[in-house]
Amino acid sequence: MRADPTQQAAYGRLLKKHTPAVPVVRNALMAFIVGGSICAVGQIFMNLFMRHGLSPERAGTLTAVTVVFIGAVLTALGLYDEIVRVAGMGGSLPISGFSNAVVSPAMEFRREGWVLGVGARIFGIAGPVITFGLLTSMLVGAVYVLFRLPLPK
Amino acid sequence: MAVPNTDAARALPPPLTLSVPPTERRKGRTMLLRQAWITGAASVVGPTEGRGPLSEGFDEVADDHLLGRGSWEKAESELMRRALARLCDRMGLRQGDFDLLLAGDLLNQTVATAFTARDVDVPFCGLYNACATFTEAVGLAAALCDGGYCRRVAVATSSHHDAAERQYRFPTELGNQRPPSSQWTATGAAALAVEAAAGTRAWARIAAFTPGRVVDYGIRDPFNMGAAMAPAAADTLAAHLFDLGFGPQDYGAVYTGDLALVGVPVCEDLLRVHGHALHLHDCGVELYDRGHQDVHAGGSGAACCALVCAARILPELRAGTWRRACLCGTGALHSPTTYQQGESIPAVAHAITLQAPGAG
Repeated sequence: MRADPTQQAAYGRLLKKHTPAVPVVRNALMAFIVGGSICAVGQIFMNLFMRHGLSPERAGTLTAVTVVFIGAVLTALGLYDEIVRVAGMGGSLPISGFSNAVVSPAMEFRREGWVLGVGARIFGIAGPVITFGLLTSMLVGAVYVLFRLPLPK
Repeated sequence: MAVPNTDAARALPPPLTLSVPPTERRKGRTMLLRQAWITGAASVVGPTEGRGPLSEGFDEVADDHLLGRGSWEKAESELMRRALARLCDRMGLRQGDFDLLLAGDLLNQTVATAFTARDVDVPFCGLYNACATFTEAVGLAAALCDGGYCRRVAVATSSHHDAAERQYRFPTELGNQRPPSSQWTATGAAALAVEAAAGTRAWARIAAFTPGRVVDYGIRDPFNMGAAMAPAAADTLAAHLFDLGFGPQDYGAVYTGDLALVGVPVCEDLLRVHGHALHLHDCGVELYDRGHQDVHAGGSGAACCALVCAARILPELRAGTWRRACLCGTGALHSPTTYQQGESIPAVAHAITLQAPGAG
């Protein structure tokens, strides 16, 4: 039995009355605190690397690698999903979240083997970021070429 | 709130009238059963469920989520295997003493069940109605026993939180924040014995079975399955109570499968239109301690209502504290593929009425 549009609309109103609201303020606050803390940790590493004589560019790259590594370790220990459960985008958006999105399917699908498991599915979550990231770069590149804009250094 | 909610009245589907003439075995949509008894039950759960309020009622609490097996799927099979083994132990039977195994789970191609059945040497019929599989299986087993086609049937369902996560949602270690309406797939398995003769060990009699129709209210959010299933539960429960001529006063408790915190009040509102001021218990709500266990709106999964039936409902009936109990399992019949293709979530609910052995 499929409900007709009138029934569906009435049901939608009934549902609204009983569906708990997403705790937006608490979620946003936790995202700010946790996301901010991850960035602060990154900044500490960056300052450390620069103090040891690395150029800001090199230090930035090494910081990204470090935070990715920390994200991977926390994922392997089964802790990163607990962080994101509380922090939402505060945990998903930093590069450690990207690391979690690559490492977690690798762990999950290891049981289906190295090729069809890990190999085929490692980018199952992060894949869209890569696909649309590439697409966006191509479009931006096309704009630069078409309008003969000066390339940034 | 005695006045029916107007939106609930507008939303309600018209009752389904079948052209089956009433007999002593059937009234409307409901099968009236005479000789179908639950004579034993066993349950095995994961560590999370073992820390819940029903922990005392389970036969075994596993101490790790993998049960020492190599994958979530193998762990789920192991849960059902152990539940069936414990059922046999408890009843002093061998597997071969059962005529048939009716069982199911949530995994694609119901592999957890099929791989358990590989090691259980009895005829096997696999069933799938998502989280309504348990009441579907109990109802069918009861009908087969009452009809004289089987003497003793084993019924089992299982689900595993992590196996369901990786199949329906994301890799288990991927971080994500769920909305408060989302539900937690239970890890566990329960097995029942349904017999045509009560003998000396009757726990409860299966008195009636109303199979549900598939109902779809256009809900597309897999994180709000209670909303998708509530109309199906209300439809089946209303038919079940109408056919039996029962009301809330006739039951020690009326249970829904896993409507959880969103679905229960919605279903209660819909039933009020039918004139039933029911206080619904819900297996998904009672399986966990929501104050201390972060399961959002409550539990779900094919094992959810089976576990609550084995650990909570059957003991009450067996002790005679409840004369009668109704259990309406609720299932969301979608798959990850269908919701990614934009399909809504169809739902089904099957209701059974169980009576205490002394209650006639």
